Amino acid sequence: MEKLILRRVGHTGEEMLLNFGPQHPSTHGVINFLVDTDGEVMKKAVPDVGYLHRSLEKIGEMVGYPGYMPYTDRIDYVAAMFANEGYAMAVERLLKVQAPPRALWLRAISGELCRIGSHLVSVGTMATDIGASTPLVHALREREAVNDLIEALCGARLTYNYCRIGGVAYDAPQGWRDRVLKFLDHFDSVLVEFDRLISFNEIYIRRLANVAVITREQAVDYGLVGPNLRGSGMDWDVRRDVPYGAYPNFKFKVPVGHGFRGTEGDTYDRYYVRVLEMAESSHIVRQALESMPDGEFMAKVPRKIKPEAGEAFSRVESARGEMAYYVVSDGTDKAYRIRARTGSFTAMGIIEDVSPGLMVADLVALIASLDVVAPEIDR
Amino acid sequence: MPANYAPRYTPKLVVAITLAAAVGIPIAIFGAITVATPLLKPATLDALLPSATPAARTAAKIAGMALLGLLMVTFGAIFSGVIVWWERRIAGRMQSRIGPNRAGYQGFFVWICDAVKLVLKEELIPKDADALLFRAAPYFVLVGFALTFVVLPFGHSIIVADLNVGIFYVTSVTALVVVGILLSGWSSNSKWALFGGMRSAAQVISYEIPAGVAIFIPVAMAGSLSMQDMIRAQGGLPWEWFIFRNPAAFIAFFILFISQLAEANRTPFDLPEAESELVAGYLSEYSGFRFALFFLVEFGNIWVLSAIATTLFLGGWQIPFVSAAAIDAARGAGPLPSLAWWGWQALSVVVFGAKAFLLSNVVVWLRWTLPRIRIDQMMSLCWKYLVPAAFACFVFTLFWQLAVGVAPKIELASGIGLTAFAAVLTLLFARRVALNVREVRGDKYDFSNW
Repeated sequence: MEKLILRRVGHTGEEMLLNFGPQHPSTHGVINFLVDTDGEVMKKAVPDVGYLHRSLEKIGEMVGYPGYMPYTDRIDYVAAMFANEGYAMAVERLLKVQAPPRALWLRAISGELCRIGSHLVSVGTMATDIGASTPLVHALREREAVNDLIEALCGARLTYNYCRIGGVAYDAPQGWRDRVLKFLDHFDSVLVEFDRLISFNEIYIRRLANVAVITREQAVDYGLVGPNLRGSGMDWDVRRDVPYGAYPNFKFKVPVGHGFRGTEGDTYDRYYVRVLEMAESSHIVRQALESMPDGEFMAKVPRKIKPEAGEAFSRVESARGEMAYYVVSDGTDKAYRIRARTGSFTAMGIIEDVSPGLMVADLVALIASLDVVAPEIDR
Repeated sequence: MPANYAPRYTPKLVVAITLAAAVGIPIAIFGAITVATPLLKPATLDALLPSATPAARTAAKIAGMALLGLLMVTFGAIFSGVIVWWERRIAGRMQSRIGPNRAGYQGFFVWICDAVKLVLKEELIPKDADALLFRAAPYFVLVGFALTFVVLPFGHSIIVADLNVGIFYVTSVTALVVVGILLSGWSSNSKWALFGGMRSAAQVISYEIPAGVAIFIPVAMAGSLSMQDMIRAQGGLPWEWFIFRNPAAFIAFFILFISQLAEANRTPFDLPEAESELVAGYLSEYSGFRFALFFLVEFGNIWVLSAIATTLFLGGWQIPFVSAAAIDAARGAGPLPSLAWWGWQALSVVVFGAKAFLLSNVVVWLRWTLPRIRIDQMMSLCWKYLVPAAFACFVFTLFWQLAVGVAPKIELASGIGLTAFAAVLTLLFARRVALNVREVRGDKYDFSNW
C-alpha cells in the first residue's frame, strides 16, 4: 500500500513525503493530501479521499423516499438547503407533482440565505488559512444571524430538513419578512466592510493573485462547477441557464472571474466571485420577498410515496456549484438507486494537476479557494 | 458587549482584588526595578558599605547581581503574562467578541490560569525525538531572551549594566533564540516541526541583516554603541528624537520595526508557527512547561522589540524639557541619591514604559489585522527591498552626519519637518479610522439572540 502511494505521488526518495491531513487545521474536514515536497516547493499533492464515507447513497435504498430527506442534509452540512431542494425536485419529477409557487419562493429565499451563510464560511476560513484570523470571526457573526433566520423558518441551524417532497415543511412565520429585510440592510454594509478589512488588503491579494491558476479549459475538463468554474471565467450558472424553481422570476447577475487582481482563474478570482455572489444572493432574496405569492406551501402528495418505475434527474446550483440528484424507482416505496453528484468531489481531482510547483502555503490557499466540504467529497 | 454575556454577578471582593492586582503589579515591578537597579550597582554598594571587608563586598555585589537577574526575568515573565491577557482582550474587541472575562474581574487573571494550566500539564516527549536536544531547546530560547535584559534601559539610571557594546550585545544574544528554535525543530522528529525550524532559521538570519544595518544609523548619529549614550544623544521632544532628526532614520525606523517583527515571529511574519500551514511549526510536539517557556519568550519579545525601537529611535526615557544632565546634577554628593533624583528616575521610567507599551500595542494591532505572507515573499521583501534600503539609509546618514558637522541647523529643520509630516499622517489616519467607525457603528442588526 505504501509503495502504491509513493508511486502515485511520483516519490523518488529525494523529496520529503508529507501527510497533509487527515487531521490538519486547514484541510476543511477529514481529508488527506499526500504531498511530495522539496523544501517549501511541492512536487505534487495527491488528494486521498474517503475518510468520511458514510454510504449516504446506499442508505437511500433502505429508508424510503421521505425518510431520506434528513440524510441529504448530511451530504453538505454547510449548505444543507440545496441538497434538500435537489432531492425534493428529483422525487417530485418521479411523482409528477408540482410544488406550489409559495413553496418554490420559500425554497429560493432559504436557499439564497443559505448560500450567503455558506459563502461566509468559505471566505472567512480562506482568510484564516492565509493567516488573518479576524475576518473569520466577523463572517461567522453574520452567519449566526443567517442561522437565526433559518432557525425561525424551520427550527434547525445546521441540518435543516426543511424541504419536503411536494413543497416545504413550514410556512414563513409572522414578521419573518421584516427580520430578513432588516438583516439584508445590515448585511450589504457588512460586505463593504469585509472588502475593506481583507479583500483589498495588499498582502492578501499578493498571497492569492496569480496562484494556482485553473484555465477555462482545465476547469471544464475536470468538471468544476459553481464559483470554482465561474472563477475560471466560464459563465455558467444553473439558476440562470437551466432555470428551476422560482429563479426564472428573478433578475440577477452572475459574477464571473476575469482576473480581478491577477490572472483569470487564480485563487483570488475564485475567492472574490464568492464575495460578489453574496451581494447577488442578497439581491435575489429582496426580490423574492417582494414578489412572494400567497397560498399553499405543500402540494397534494399521497401519504405513501410510491412512484411508478422510472428515473428522474434534477440539478440545482448549490453554494459549492451544481448539485445533481439521479433517482431510480422500481415502483416500490424505496428508491432503487439514489445518486448525488457534488461539486467538491470533482474539485478535489484538479488539485493533483494544479499543485506541481506550488508552495506548501499555496496548497492551503488552493484548498480553501476550492471551498471543499469533506462529506460532500465522500458522501 | 451583549448584556447576556457579561458575568451575571462579580463579587465586589473579586473586583477589588483584580483592580488591586492590575494597578499593583505594574507599580510593584516597575517600582522594584526603579529602586533596586541604582542601589545594587557595584559602585553604589561600595559607597554604601565603606567599612565592609573586601570579601563581604564581593558577596554583596554577587547577591545584588543575582537579585537584579531575578528581577529582570520576573519582569519579562510578568510582562509576557499580562500582554497575553491584554492582547486577547484587544483581539476580542477587534473581532467583535468578548475575549477572556471570567478569571477575576474582566478576566485579568487569565494569564495566571494559563501558566498554572501549562505547568500542570504532562510533558510529552515523542518516542523518536532526540530527548536531550528536545529538552534543552526551550532553555536556549529563554536564555537568548533573558540576556537582552542586561542592557535594556528602563530609565535615566535604571539599567542593569550600561555595556559600551550595548546594542551589539543585544543582536548577538538574540541569535541564541534561533539556535533554540532550530534545535526544537530538528529534535522533535516531526516534519511540521522541521519545516517550522527551517523557516525560522531562514527568516531570523535573513532579517538580522536589515535590522543590523538599520541599527547602524542611530549608532552613527550617536557615535556610541551604548544604549544609554544613544538615548542621551536624543532629547525629550519629538523633533529631538533620532527618528525625525534625519530623513534616512525615519525610513530606518520602519526597516528596523519590520525586521524585528520578523525576528520575533509575529504576524505577518509568523511563518515558523503558521497554524494553518504547519499545524504549529516547531511548537507542534511541545507541551506543558517547555511549551510555556516558548510562549513566555514569544510574548516577552514584544517588550524587547518595543524597548529597542524606543531606545534607538524614539528618544528612550528622555523627559520633555528636562535634560539628562539636569537629572545627573540632582543626584547630590552623598552615598544615596537625593529624593528629587528618585522622582526624576520614576518619571523617566514612566516615559519609557509608556512609549514601549504604545509600540507593543502596534505590534498587537498588526497581528490581528494582517494576513501572513509567503516564504518567498518574505525572502524577497528582506533581500530585495529592506537590505538595499537599509544600506542606502546608512550611506545617506554618513553624509548627513558630515553635513550636520558643517551646518547643525539642518537637524532641527529635518526634525520639525518630519514631526509635522508624521503628525499630519497620524491625523489623516485618525480621520480614516473615525470614518470607518462611524460607518459601522450602531449595529443595524440585533445580534443578542446568540
